[in-house]
Amino acid sequence: MAVIKKSTVWICYLLGLLALPQFFDSVLAISIFNQMAIAIVFALSYNMLLGQGGMLSFGHAVYFGLGGFLAVHTLVMIEFETLYFSIIWIPIVGGFIGLLAALFIGTFSTHKAGTVFAMISLGIGELLAASSLIFVSFFGGEAGISGDRTFGPPFFGIEWFQNLEIYYLAVAWVFIATLFMYLFTLTPAGKMANAVRDNPERAEFIGYSARRVRYITFCAAGFFAGIAGGLFALNYEFITEENLNAATSGRVLLSAYIGGLGYFIGPIIGAVVLTLMNSLLSNYSDLWMLYLGIMFLLTVLFLPRGFAGFIMMHQAAWAHGKIKCLIVPYLLTGFPSLIFVIASVGLIELSHTDEAEFSYLGLNFDSTTAIDFILISIAILGALFCIRKSLPQLRAAWESANEITEDLEKEGRS
Amino acid sequence: MLEVFIFATLNGLVTGLLLFMLASGLTLIFSMMGVLNFAHASFYMLGAYFAYSISLYFGFWTGLIFAPIIVGVLGALVERYGLRRVHQHGHVAELVFTFGLAFLIEEAVQFFWGADTKNYQSPDLLDFPLFTLFGQEFPAYRGFMIGISITIFIGLYYVLTKSRIGIIIQAALTHPHTVSNLGHNVPLIFMGVFGVGTALAGVAGVMAGPVLTTFPGMAVVLGSIVFVIVVIGGLGSLAGAFIASILIGLLQSYAIASDLGMSDLLNLLGIEFSRDHPLTDLWTLTLPQVAPILPFLLLVLVLIFRPTGLMGKREQ
Repeated sequence: MAVIKKSTVWICYLLGLLALPQFFDSVLAISIFNQMAIAIVFALSYNMLLGQGGMLSFGHAVYFGLGGFLAVHTLVMIEFETLYFSIIWIPIVGGFIGLLAALFIGTFSTHKAGTVFAMISLGIGELLAASSLIFVSFFGGEAGISGDRTFGPPFFGIEWFQNLEIYYLAVAWVFIATLFMYLFTLTPAGKMANAVRDNPERAEFIGYSARRVRYITFCAAGFFAGIAGGLFALNYEFITEENLNAATSGRVLLSAYIGGLGYFIGPIIGAVVLTLMNSLLSNYSDLWMLYLGIMFLLTVLFLPRGFAGFIMMHQAAWAHGKIKCLIVPYLLTGFPSLIFVIASVGLIELSHTDEAEFSYLGLNFDSTTAIDFILISIAILGALFCIRKSLPQLRAAWESANEITEDLEKEGRS
Repeated sequence: MLEVFIFATLNGLVTGLLLFMLASGLTLIFSMMGVLNFAHASFYMLGAYFAYSISLYFGFWTGLIFAPIIVGVLGALVERYGLRRVHQHGHVAELVFTFGLAFLIEEAVQFFWGADTKNYQSPDLLDFPLFTLFGQEFPAYRGFMIGISITIFIGLYYVLTKSRIGIIIQAALTHPHTVSNLGHNVPLIFMGVFGVGTALAGVAGVMAGPVLTTFPGMAVVLGSIVFVIVVIGGLGSLAGAFIASILIGLLQSYAIASDLGMSDLLNLLGIEFSRDHPLTDLWTLTLPQVAPILPFLLLVLVLIFRPTGLMGKREQ
């Protein structure tokens, strides 16, 4: 039964991915989907490292970037007919380069987890980012290097001129990569990675080398990051130094953390949310990075397990049919919270704008006089007051919903 | 040759002392929380920006005094309402929190001050050459930086080792529970140490702003190097941080001042390569080119061969 249930989830996942372009078929949508596909594989590989293996890395973009660079170099070789194979295999080229890099770097960086590992990853990331500007013939300096994906032998008549074709190729790779990463969590190596993350000492006592377990996880994560890099190369046909520097490493940490570490679906949620913010929000506001930063800090402070963790919190209440008690309190707190967010964004935008006439959500504001600032501030304070008033109710409802389930559990046990 | 050496040494000393002003606060905060504060260099940047804004109205000297105080208060607030809350979720959450804070501060600085470089000037009072050597001038402002840094360090050393409050702080770092049992307010001490550490970073920012230019990327430029120093020196060791700061400052300064390169080495060995060789970038490397990488190379080497750093304690 469980097998059927699980494979249904996977089939739905694949069908959903394949069906997406049927609903949104604009050029912009396809390019966003392609970015999402890349981000999902990359974030999942990061979760493998941090969520599963407990290794906080500040240089995961190294494997993504190296995979991408070699993939573009391979594209160039295909173009000049040094190599002759279909470009559908490019992501695996990236993957192997990521794996090779991880095999080498892992030999000395996986001795310890925690701060030492984080610092080595940071050092290697900075080292490579700085070297990429020096070794111009390989990394192409600040301009990066570019290739052309349309030269290889056609794949069943497809010559990869359109982004939509790349999307279906990306879906295939994303599905395979996701499936294998999920299967990895079920292998003994994956289970041991969790054990080493939680208590390396005990893992050593029962005869496992913590270092070796970390090394295996690290290499697997490098491999999948390389695949993401290969997909990036196929989608954009160019790659620059920016794709292996600290900013890219930071972004993948953000997306995995916001989505929810430790849950397999978490990084997927995070990657989707971040890509959407990146591509849609940046059209409306040049402050979107500020909002991203605020959202990230709020997530770390109030939802330490990310969005996925927030959803999973309701599992117990859901299982015992108590979720209905939460709807009204959620609405009572959620509505003022929404007002609070909207008004705060309005205030930030209004104080940032250069124009005197400023339109926000269909309302026109005047940024030259103080009156509109005061009105928005009143809205913010009012919303804050409502949140404070309704929060105890929500907390009480939450406790009662979970309390009863605890009682039920006790009954079930006895 | 000698003049290049002397000036490289002096400049290296200025950089090294500046780096130590950041590294000392970071090390103190590390010994206290067991976590590296990723946002430390962001407080340094805030120091420079606050001082710039204050100096527009009240002049440089007011900024030198008040900007670090504002930064210190901000730091204390971050500890009280941010880090203390995240602490219960473990070290990774704390590290990620400070990382997010660094990200947010950079965006906030761009929001309030804009993305362009600010014209933050050193005071006219110090706008003269301190001395002239081999026809080259050494600006008085740099001498002033050395003087202020050394004064602060002596003061800090004195407070930490000789005064009663310093002894309580030292005890609280190693034995928080015992100190708490003796009736001292340990969370308050931690908040104070965090505030003073960030204020020190603020002082560094105020002084470095005019020399290293005040722009939103200044935290990133220095941030990772300060980490490197703290790790190379040995986490939690003030003396180690001092040695590593001066070492890195001098190393970078010498590398930039020198005109040696791979080609000199190859000439010495009698090997020649044509310009079309695929590895031509490697054969034409020069020391000034690799100067930015050196700290990170040193970091990786130290972490591989001596993970506890130069003066770090042996692990239990």
